[in-house]
Amino acid sequence: MRRERRLRHRGIPVLLAVPALIGFGFLFVPLLALLIRAPWHGLAGLLSKSDVLTALRLSLECATAATALSLVFGVPLAWVLARSPGRIVRLLRALVTVPLVLPPVVGGVALLLALGRNGIVGRYLDSWFGITLPFTTAGVIVAETFVAMPFLIVTVEGALRSADQGLEEAASTLGASRITVFRRVTLPLIAPSLLAGSVLCWARALGEFGATITFAGNYPGTTQTMPLKVYNALQTDPEEAIALSLVLLVVAIGVLAGLRDRWLYSGTGAPEPS
Amino acid sequence: MRSAPRSVVAVGAVLAVSLVGCSSSKKATGGTAGRSGSSSSNITGTIAVSAASSLTESFNTLAKQFEAAHPGVTVKLNFGASSDLAQQINSGAPADVFASASPKNMKQVIDAKGANSSTNFVKNVLEIAVPPSNPAGISAIADLAKPGVKLALCQPQVPCGTVAAQVFANAKVTVKPVTLEQDVKSTLTKVELDEVDAGVVYVTDVRSAGTKVTGIVIPDAVNASTEYPIASLTKAPNAAGAQAFVAYVLSAAGQQVLASAGFEKP
Repeated sequence: MRRERRLRHRGIPVLLAVPALIGFGFLFVPLLALLIRAPWHGLAGLLSKSDVLTALRLSLECATAATALSLVFGVPLAWVLARSPGRIVRLLRALVTVPLVLPPVVGGVALLLALGRNGIVGRYLDSWFGITLPFTTAGVIVAETFVAMPFLIVTVEGALRSADQGLEEAASTLGASRITVFRRVTLPLIAPSLLAGSVLCWARALGEFGATITFAGNYPGTTQTMPLKVYNALQTDPEEAIALSLVLLVVAIGVLAGLRDRWLYSGTGAPEPS
Repeated sequence: MRSAPRSVVAVGAVLAVSLVGCSSSKKATGGTAGRSGSSSSNITGTIAVSAASSLTESFNTLAKQFEAAHPGVTVKLNFGASSDLAQQINSGAPADVFASASPKNMKQVIDAKGANSSTNFVKNVLEIAVPPSNPAGISAIADLAKPGVKLALCQPQVPCGTVAAQVFANAKVTVKPVTLEQDVKSTLTKVELDEVDAGVVYVTDVRSAGTKVTGIVIPDAVNASTEYPIASLTKAPNAAGAQAFVAYVLSAAGQQVLASAGFEKP
């Protein structure tokens, strides 16, 4: 903090100010354009069309389901990654973050090869249980979970590693079982990060495009989420595309506002960049 | 053009190219038509061609042949749904040539003053593509309406989707597809991957997929076709190159490449 204040006294050097300004403009101007070019007059009409509402509802439901799945499987995985020593765990940690940097379309192709009707796992899902995931709403949730879960894992794992393990040990000494410690001590300790990670995960799932369109296809009502609808609308009705984009922008800003409060007012909230 | 003396044509082309060179370097559109006059042929630089995805194989061949005939020229191909490409061009994408799978999408570009006129260069009809194992036992268009048949179509705003809707209307068949794909190649891919039981694509796509899919012919009585228009664009960074490439596609050599891919004469 002290260093920051000293810097402010000296002012911002031009060499940094100019690229900083360009950088800010680059990030901000496209969003501004969206606001300026938005068809404000017809907005209510455009957004109350039934197919738009269907896409919006599908998006919200799928993103929420994907977040729930990520919590169920991601939090235990984060715990294992944070608390287990050894080289294999380090390798696992690296593997878990791959979907984070993988182009989503590649993720979609990989999902098809794994869980598609002919995929290495999918063919058994099909022949044993009669389950086929591609082109279903469940497929959308799977694609979104694949892309978004790493965000939750990375956030929660960071918090687990920086959390005070002394408290957990104290609880164990007092006779609490490991699962009770996890439930009553660890989870409350990392609650802010859990929330931040869930919100990140949810936002990423809501915006998912590449993996969804590749793995789950594009059909109104079953697999066409908002980003797919935006992309489709752009080909026929750019105004509708802008209106839909605006909705996603508002959601994104809402998420960011919620997150910022978390990060500002909670001590262990943000994952420390190590 | 045909009756003009060669030297006049050459001078005109060099002038055109140097003009293009100037304007494009001013606008700094990156990599297009920079080296005016350095090549021995009368066109230079890069020609950016936006083409319907059903033209992928034949335009790749055409581009190679064109580059071989014009050393130093690079043809940059951008494939996608015609509706998407039209949108890109109207939003200012720096393209020289647009080859659309439907007159409708070409009209969007012409209406936006992106092109003055277009020429229909081929025609394409639809065919049903099924995986070689034909898991749903499809043998005719009516089979596509059976419950449980997983069908992939192009989305309605894409030419192959529009033409498919026409075919189903002609055949009086109502289908419920599982997915509406962004362009014809992604519809074909879903069939190739055996993720759907059938897809409705162009005859040319079934041919280009070779043994990976089996084609089931749609009878002429119900089949529908789409004409493919091509145009050099008014805002083409490389106008001379654009015109030369369009002329090549319309030439006998170009038409032969397209015919061997399964396209019909317009």
